[in-house]
Amino acid sequence: MIKMLSGNEAVARGAWEAGAAVASAYPGTPSTEILENFGRYPNIYAEWAPNEKVGVDVAVGAAYAGKRAFSTMKHVGLNVAADSFMYAAMTGVEAGLVIVSADDPGMHSSQNEQDNRNFAKLARIPCLEPSDSQEAKDLMIAAFGLSERFDTPVLLRMTTRVCHSTSAVELGERVEPSANGPKKFPRNPAKYVMMPGNAMKRHPVVEQRIRDVAALAETFPFNRVEPGAGDRSLGIVTSGISYQYAREIFPAAPVLHLGMSWPLPEKMIREFAASVDRLIVIEELDPFLEEGIRLMGIPVEGKSIFPITGELDPRVVRESAIQAGLLPETARVPLAGVDAGPLPARPPVLCPGCPHRSTFYLLSKMKVPVNGDIGCYSLGVIQPLNAMHTCGCMGAGIGVAHGAAKAGSPERHVAVIGDSTFFHTGIQALLNVVYNQSPVVTVIMDNRITGMTGHQDNPGTGRTLLGKEAPAVNIEELVRALGVKHVRTIPAFNVAEIEKTLKEYVKLNEPSVVITQEPCALLPEGKKRWLPLEVIPDKCNGCALCFRIGCPSILKSDVLDPKLQRPLAVIDAGTCTGCEICAQICPRDAITFRPSEN
Amino acid sequence: MKKDIKFLLAGVGGQGTILASDVLVNVGLAAGYQAKQAEVHGMSQRGGSVTSHVRWGETVYSPLVGAGEADVLLAFEKAEALRSVNQLRAGALALVNLEAIEPVTVTSGGQPYPQEDRLHAVFAQVTPHVVYVDGPGVAAALGNSKVENVVLLGALAAQLERLGWTGAELTPQKWLDEIVKRVPAKYIELNKRAFMEGYRVGRGSV
Repeated sequence: MIKMLSGNEAVARGAWEAGAAVASAYPGTPSTEILENFGRYPNIYAEWAPNEKVGVDVAVGAAYAGKRAFSTMKHVGLNVAADSFMYAAMTGVEAGLVIVSADDPGMHSSQNEQDNRNFAKLARIPCLEPSDSQEAKDLMIAAFGLSERFDTPVLLRMTTRVCHSTSAVELGERVEPSANGPKKFPRNPAKYVMMPGNAMKRHPVVEQRIRDVAALAETFPFNRVEPGAGDRSLGIVTSGISYQYAREIFPAAPVLHLGMSWPLPEKMIREFAASVDRLIVIEELDPFLEEGIRLMGIPVEGKSIFPITGELDPRVVRESAIQAGLLPETARVPLAGVDAGPLPARPPVLCPGCPHRSTFYLLSKMKVPVNGDIGCYSLGVIQPLNAMHTCGCMGAGIGVAHGAAKAGSPERHVAVIGDSTFFHTGIQALLNVVYNQSPVVTVIMDNRITGMTGHQDNPGTGRTLLGKEAPAVNIEELVRALGVKHVRTIPAFNVAEIEKTLKEYVKLNEPSVVITQEPCALLPEGKKRWLPLEVIPDKCNGCALCFRIGCPSILKSDVLDPKLQRPLAVIDAGTCTGCEICAQICPRDAITFRPSEN
Repeated sequence: MKKDIKFLLAGVGGQGTILASDVLVNVGLAAGYQAKQAEVHGMSQRGGSVTSHVRWGETVYSPLVGAGEADVLLAFEKAEALRSVNQLRAGALALVNLEAIEPVTVTSGGQPYPQEDRLHAVFAQVTPHVVYVDGPGVAAALGNSKVENVVLLGALAAQLERLGWTGAELTPQKWLDEIVKRVPAKYIELNKRAFMEGYRVGRGSV
């Protein structure tokens, strides 16, 4: 049966067909839908882990225990999981283990565009790179086979364009692998206890292993030469989504498609290079294949023609090729080049009714330095809130605030972090604030869900990925257990109470934590209370204070205040959720409150 | 041989752009094309611009449509239509929904929202095949503003037929089959009416 699947859906399908039994991951764009989809198949176990490192350890444990297992993450998630990834490469496995890294060339929703093929080389493990959904499924299945055959984790490297592109896939049935049988957990410390004495013996094994995989790469069916139309003047080596652009822009050229981008099939590449006059590599981001081929002593060009930054697309590949003289000027596709005039920017914004808005409005007003983190609340940086001054990676904010405080930064630092990010890597940083004592004020913005990636459950939500009830961690108790003495949990829409507490806490000389709590406005429990408010035109004088909270539901009306000639505010009843933040800050009581709920 | 068609869909988070492109790629498959679709998730879900690329063809490699190569623009919002205009090839088909969604940069940032006469003037420079669809009006008459995306799909189906870019075998029913699979049961009738109303509007526009 043929079905249209996204790359992520296809990876999930491949894992299921391959008989994968256990999966653990932390959500991260563009990888999230893999586990969400895998979780819908029967006879599997899948879970959201608090972070990628835990996710990889869980998958490793399952693979040691003899079940095919995998972990998925966005590219920067592999930084978090790197320690586990590296020891797993040393120990090998009992049953197949696949690590899926979804890279984000072009940084559609990421802080960098690191090329994680380098991690495969670093760890001496194979790297497979699908170029469409069919290959995403097929290579996921192949990855489990390679993993068992060579006793190694395998890296399946996706990119945004493969993850979130849809193409036709031939579906197969689940095949229970022989390795999946119930087994006694191995007692094999020489292989699984990486003390120096054992690790020293494993390292040569690992080095030999990658040489063995390289030998297999010569006949790996997803490494293939597509002969082209007879013109041998130019040959292209490519992998992943770049293969599609290569075929599109150079339809007649011979192409060496590498489904395995590490280790490289040296003999195959040599033969291909010898069959063409000029060899080029088309690949996104790093000159990974290019440098590998150059190290073989084969003349090759790549990044001298195609950009090292950003995403490729058919236009970028074509323009670069014309620039380098690989295609004639006549190949150029003209742009309409019309002047569309000035267009208003449309940045992502905190949604109407977002429980993070009150805190950012107040922090902006207090003019304190804010060390932020990764999540919906990263949008606190955007105007008119302008209330975030650093944001590097998951869990960084609290540590950065502590470091600034220890450096004698003359102001009180506030670290803001979401519930899910706090569980991910915030807890240890807060523990450090307590242990080494700095007066950092940490605001944990608990919207009861992992928001930015599209509502995944986490240890605070009381539900698991498979929809089972789970204990919901009590953040206030956890924070107190870490040793924080000043802790308050406040409903996120209570502006006055949050303001009072923040003003009190920035005067303390000890660590403090404010937990602002309210379900995300887009959750069913958030939606349940949607009720639009209204501006009372007779009371509004167009002071514009309510515009400073950056709510998309508050608009400038066409009516001007008769005295001051300023536009009055008006609330869009179609989008307002009735959070009452604006009503609370209006100095003229010109915005209605919700009718009393008792 | 079937004509290769490169579609660009542009809208604002929440307008159903992704659903429309999901329908479109599956209609392509049902009509016997090789079909691919590419979209970007992530921060665009929070009220930002959303674009999606769909391709139909005998053989399709890149799921992405390069700038200047789009044969069809399906724009769900006026400012997003203008933002995408240079993605079109000369003579492309553009369907523009006359919906304005003002971003915060307009509502509280003081940037101007483009006037409709500019929309007409700019598109006239690129192609004679522009169809302005009163999606908000049609959807309001149907009683649900969420179906503007399906109204636009209906208009698209009619225009593809009118230009002869698709054959008689691609009937409205084939489109409806794919739409019905993707909407909740209680909205099926509404979406069918929205598609047929859009189809009627698209047929009437030359």
